Amino acid sequence: MNKNLHWKIIISVAVLVIFATTGVYPMVATYFGLGLPDWLQEKQLKLGLDLKGGVHLVLRVQSETALQSETDTQAERTREALRTANVNTTGVMALGPTQFRVDGVPSEQDAAFRQATADAEANFDRGSRTNGAYTFTMKPNVQKAIQNESIVQARQTIERRVNDLGVAEPSIAQQGNGEQILVQLPGVTDVDRAKGIISSTGLLKLTLVEQGPFPTREAALQAFNNAVPPDLEILPGRTDTGAGGGVGSTVFYALKRAAAVSGRDLRGAQGSLDQFNRPAVSFTLRQDAAVRFGTFTQANIGKPMAIVLDDRVMSVATIQGRITDNGQITGISREEMADTVITLKSGALPAKMEYIQEQTIGPTLGADAIRAGVMASLVGLLLVVGFMLFYYKLSGVNAVVALVFNLVILLGLMAYIGAVMTLPGIAGFVLTMGIGVDSNVLIFERIKEELEHGRPVRTSLTAGFSRVFLTLLDTHISAAIAALFLMQFGTGPIRGFAYTLIIGLGSNLFTSTFVSRALFELVLGQRQVKTLSI
Amino acid sequence: MHIFHNTNFDFLRWRWHAVILSWVVIIAGLIVGFTKGVPLGLEFAGGTAVIAQFDKTPTIDSVRRSLDRSFPSGGENVVVQSYGDPSQRQVMIRVPQVGTEGGAGLSATRSAVEAALRAGNLGNFAIVGSEIVSPTVGRDLSQKGLSAFVLSLLGILGYIAFRFEFSFAVGAVIATIHDILVTFALLAFFQYDLTLNVIAALLTVTGYSTNDTIVIFDRVRENLKAMRGKTLNEVVNISLNQTLGRTVITAGTALLSAVALFLFGGEVLRGFAFTMIVGIITGTYSSVFVAAAIVTFWNRKRRRPVAQPATSGDTEAGGKKQKRARAS
Repeated sequence: MNKNLHWKIIISVAVLVIFATTGVYPMVATYFGLGLPDWLQEKQLKLGLDLKGGVHLVLRVQSETALQSETDTQAERTREALRTANVNTTGVMALGPTQFRVDGVPSEQDAAFRQATADAEANFDRGSRTNGAYTFTMKPNVQKAIQNESIVQARQTIERRVNDLGVAEPSIAQQGNGEQILVQLPGVTDVDRAKGIISSTGLLKLTLVEQGPFPTREAALQAFNNAVPPDLEILPGRTDTGAGGGVGSTVFYALKRAAAVSGRDLRGAQGSLDQFNRPAVSFTLRQDAAVRFGTFTQANIGKPMAIVLDDRVMSVATIQGRITDNGQITGISREEMADTVITLKSGALPAKMEYIQEQTIGPTLGADAIRAGVMASLVGLLLVVGFMLFYYKLSGVNAVVALVFNLVILLGLMAYIGAVMTLPGIAGFVLTMGIGVDSNVLIFERIKEELEHGRPVRTSLTAGFSRVFLTLLDTHISAAIAALFLMQFGTGPIRGFAYTLIIGLGSNLFTSTFVSRALFELVLGQRQVKTLSI
Repeated sequence: MHIFHNTNFDFLRWRWHAVILSWVVIIAGLIVGFTKGVPLGLEFAGGTAVIAQFDKTPTIDSVRRSLDRSFPSGGENVVVQSYGDPSQRQVMIRVPQVGTEGGAGLSATRSAVEAALRAGNLGNFAIVGSEIVSPTVGRDLSQKGLSAFVLSLLGILGYIAFRFEFSFAVGAVIATIHDILVTFALLAFFQYDLTLNVIAALLTVTGYSTNDTIVIFDRVRENLKAMRGKTLNEVVNISLNQTLGRTVITAGTALLSAVALFLFGGEVLRGFAFTMIVGIITGTYSSVFVAAAIVTFWNRKRRRPVAQPATSGDTEAGGKKQKRARAS
């Protein structure tokens, strides 16, 4: 045996052994209940949700709500700064998610105004003055930054919550144009519970109560002649039931939109008891927020302040004095306390979320899909192998060995890189059989052609492999181009399919040229061969 | 063993017939698509699908009746059909958008369907799967799907233009567009739901259908260098005949696996497998009758495209020969 061939055989066998260990053995071992070392267990080919069963959720981050809260906060700070600087205005109000306006600035106070609003100009562009009004618009790059940050934060927050839930191997990823978050919870079938825990925004706000409580929303609206000023919002809450406990009735408050402190300012939260020994959640603020909160409470002593969680007023208390870095949420049940601590600790979601897609796959559906997939794979394999043996005789055996190599590498490589096998992925696996042998067909047909031209077996083999190689490279690359864009397009299951295709293409190129050729050389050996069974 | 051994078909003679045949299929599909509509899968249309597994398989009618009675807001467009293997006793109920999908009301329809089934006295059942899609998802997906097609076609155009020459790339890409249109037409004709899986299969067809084309082009390029005396049309015809065997066999093996998938792959993959089967067949047909024909049509004034990669000496010799051929 020549040295070159020696190496080819060693490489081929090594590749086969490695990928059979990572890709195929774990499956067989699991099926027959054999032992499996931990390091292999970890590398095992992962099944997608559509095969394993579980919950698949897609949420959209409403990042415009993050902009709105930033704008509200800035408007509030500006109002405060103007008051401190004794600049007269007729109002500061938010116009939209990225704009607020200051009205009625007297022209002689322009300089003082500019000085007082210098702080706002870090993130906002000040428009030119029209009729004593200035418009502040959030800078585009700041908008982009806040939106991106809110999406990343939302993803991280959901990750923390899902981890607290104790789901095995969850998957949380940004998808789509980045505003969507995909949450996959394998094995979970109770969608509603999972949804509740993930989507409670955990948005904490401490803000001033303008008016209230009102018995109904209508009554609250009427207090403003049905025209609620833009800087206020009406939110529901419960009457404080005091030491007696029991369920309070629902009431409505008119609150300042701009929060003095928001969830982003939180440093920690823990379960505690309030003055009546009822469950409560204590929280502490970050240092910079504490300074701001201190000034805020100092300036508003005697006024009622509400603690708002997820757009629900949890409690209202009169500000007795300067508060800096801690507060308490009261009026909740023991279960609510536990949930609130989880959501506050995991960090509030920086923006509101909405579910746009949900899918549950029961374990039976997944098992059915696997059974069908295995059946289709076996039948496909049988048909393709049968045809190759029938048409190419002994050379067909060569193609079949190459095909088995191809499939083993495909499974092993997918397991190794942690790609997920999905139902469309199984389809890709079956297609890889039929499309994979195409390479062998092209090579074999070329060899036949060379033989017909009267060339000796060895020359024909060499010519067949070397002439077709570039053609194969071209066909594989153009197929891979389509598969790459498929990966860009697809989510979850489709991405699994695209992975299968691309890996299948790569391993096919290797097995149909390198392995198959080594096999031919090995079988022919140094003998003089006159004919080839092809 | 040999199929199509030493054939000598004049494929190019049939190219105009092929053009007519393709347009007939595409237009027939379009007409069906416009009159009956292309049924959109849940991912694109939005709505709710619920799969229930019963202890005793109820009739489709009885399921429909209990839905009509207890869940009238679903309207007439509710689809009820048996799902998967009959032994699994599963029924799928698909409700088009009722407007509440999205946000807090996302799963309202599923609950309503479940309640209606319970009220209908259909025996014990369990919801084994459900899917709810809000309408915004579909819009996103259609856009992304379309751009994936356009980009992969451009990618293939660029690659083949780089490896062969521009007219070859145009032929390959038009053949691929042809395949997508024909497959689409047949999907519409047989009223398969347009799902994500089907789109994935269409994109796979995009990649696969260029395979045969590349093999043929490769042979054309090789023969252009070897057969100096022959016209482009002759060379293309010879090349098509020489590669005919492998074109048919490669399509055949791919078809075997796609058929296995169609017959045994289960409910979810049926549309996918159908798309692949049609795509493989039309992809083979178009490589022979569309891609090659376009190359000859594109170069009809030039007799021969510039064979490349060619050494400078080759081109010169070829050029002289061409002049002589034209003069004679």
